[in-house]
Amino acid sequence: MQYALSIFLSGISLGGQYALIAIGYTLVYGILRLINFAHGDVFMVAGLFLVYLSTWFPLWAALPLMLLFTVALGFAIERAAYKPLRSAPRMSVMISAIGVSYLLQNLATYITGGLPKSYPELPLLSNNVTIGGVSTKWVTIVTPFLVLVLVLALQQLINHTKVGMAMRAVAKDFETSQLMGIKINSVISMTFIIGSFLAGVGSMLYFTNYPSIVPLSGALPGLRAFVAAVFGGIGSVPGAVVGAFIIGMSESVIKGSPFSIFSDAFTFALLIVILVVKPTGLFGEKVTDKV
Amino acid sequence: MIQEKKSKKGAFIALVCVVVLLLLSIVLENTLDPIKNTTFFTVLRKGAVYALVASSMNLLNGFTGLFSLGQAGFMLVGAYTYAILTIPSASRESVYYLYGGSVVNFSLPELFGGGAFGLIFGVLLALILAGLVAAGVAWLIGLPVLRLKSDYLAIATLGFAEIIRAVLQWDKLGPVTNGANALKSFPTFSSFNLPGLRLSIFMAFLLAAICIAVILLLINSSYGRAFKAIREDEIAAEAMGINLAKHKRLSFCISSFFAGVGGGMFAMFANQAQAKTFTTAMTYEILLIVVIGGIGSISGSCIASFLYVAASEWWLRFLDTEMYIGTFKVPLLRNGFRMVVFSVVIMIVVLFFRKGIMGDKELPDLLRKRKAKAAGREGAK
Repeated sequence: MQYALSIFLSGISLGGQYALIAIGYTLVYGILRLINFAHGDVFMVAGLFLVYLSTWFPLWAALPLMLLFTVALGFAIERAAYKPLRSAPRMSVMISAIGVSYLLQNLATYITGGLPKSYPELPLLSNNVTIGGVSTKWVTIVTPFLVLVLVLALQQLINHTKVGMAMRAVAKDFETSQLMGIKINSVISMTFIIGSFLAGVGSMLYFTNYPSIVPLSGALPGLRAFVAAVFGGIGSVPGAVVGAFIIGMSESVIKGSPFSIFSDAFTFALLIVILVVKPTGLFGEKVTDKV
Repeated sequence: MIQEKKSKKGAFIALVCVVVLLLLSIVLENTLDPIKNTTFFTVLRKGAVYALVASSMNLLNGFTGLFSLGQAGFMLVGAYTYAILTIPSASRESVYYLYGGSVVNFSLPELFGGGAFGLIFGVLLALILAGLVAAGVAWLIGLPVLRLKSDYLAIATLGFAEIIRAVLQWDKLGPVTNGANALKSFPTFSSFNLPGLRLSIFMAFLLAAICIAVILLLINSSYGRAFKAIREDEIAAEAMGINLAKHKRLSFCISSFFAGVGGGMFAMFANQAQAKTFTTAMTYEILLIVVIGGIGSISGSCIASFLYVAASEWWLRFLDTEMYIGTFKVPLLRNGFRMVVFSVVIMIVVLFFRKGIMGDKELPDLLRKRKAKAAGREGAK
């Protein structure tokens, strides 16, 4: 019973952390039809930002600064690497995303010297708590609620503000919305800003559970979150959240079983099954290709 | 008719060039001091292996327009097949020491009677089998995956590469794959060195050249034209009577076959095969080579892979060590800076020189064009 509870708790918190990354993927894909391979690395860099900022500033200043820098990074990546390729074939943009991911990883290796950096202890989040006989960190409890609050806020933004309406319009039809006077570039920048902000929050929650952070620690969580986004139906925010919780839970269950080496394999198998059976995912819209 | 004559002439020139290159590789390896030029030789060997793998990826991504990111997975399958089939029986005990010996208790070079003959045929057969196993795996993977479109295909193949890596590292398969440990002591390129005549680079070049020649022949055949038609427009290609599913599967399997052979050769180059080297990062590396060389140009892929390997292993090495000019310490130079510079250069190519070195032209195309221009015949293709 206790074992099941501990698996459940870690699954829920992993799911929440993946959800925050997955939203970044799903928003960008919804608008640009681009798998932003660099998003997982933005998430990793956000972790490194906090590592370095917390040595220079007190934590109450370091956290907002980290979020600010992460947002700036996401914005800069879009402007520098994706905007010049707006009219290029989709494959070129994807290759550019892979290039950015490669650059961020190498840059992180250079700056950290390839050594693991220990993540700062966050007050409250890093403290231990015991629930039903299971000892865990506060972050496990806080994550699902924080995710819920953020997702609700995001839904409000998308459904009830002018920017949100513009985002939905651009996602529906790029060219028509341009003709309607929507400034596409600022809308796209906005999605990258939101995605990076959530990735920054996610990195804070995710790395609190781990003692240290290396340049490659963003790659796999990024891929898993992407799978979650596809699973829930790419382009849909609630879908990404549900998918992320499913992926997080199944990963936690498998990690606790004798087949722990297959946890990633299972995640990808899930992806392939969903792509073959229901390519639009759980909540995705049907897209028809025209000749 | 004229076209055919031209291409025959082109093929002959290409053949001569390849033979000259091969001879040059023998001459270089035997005249240059092997100790001073280790890096140079490594670059040549690794470049040859990467040229093959990049060409195989180009066949799929550039010529058929199927954006697959599973190359490292197929290389892994090839490398393991090659290694498992060729480790000498005598060394098996020590390689598989954790599992008390291997289940596979024969080695192809010994089956052929050992010696030089056994070595050559054993290694060749093992490489071909490595390709076939990789192609078989690709066929299985292709059944569900090839129905997907562009980026979904990319992510699904990437996922399969990860699955393959996890499966091969599984403990239960230890007696076959040696679990997460490296497979070693199989024949490598330097096993082909004769007393007094070093042939290791020659072997790498020869194997790569044969495979790339086959890929080129395939691209220039009717199948190759069908692949290109699929790349340009799937619906139009289907309307012209091209069987989409069949051709996509064919391209996927052939590309994986050569990736498997390339994987076997990579194991020969690295003197060991270990699942953790064949990561997604390797696929990205190969993809970037293809992009730098030009998507849709085999000669571009070959040139780019040598440039890429030389730059990353050799020319840019100095960026990784601290340097002093007089008493002035050059800033920024320290471990890891090379890769940063390198990835910035790659980003510049990706963003501003999207056609890469060759675009979609091959080397002979460039020569021909210049000739045509010189003769004042504009527009001749």
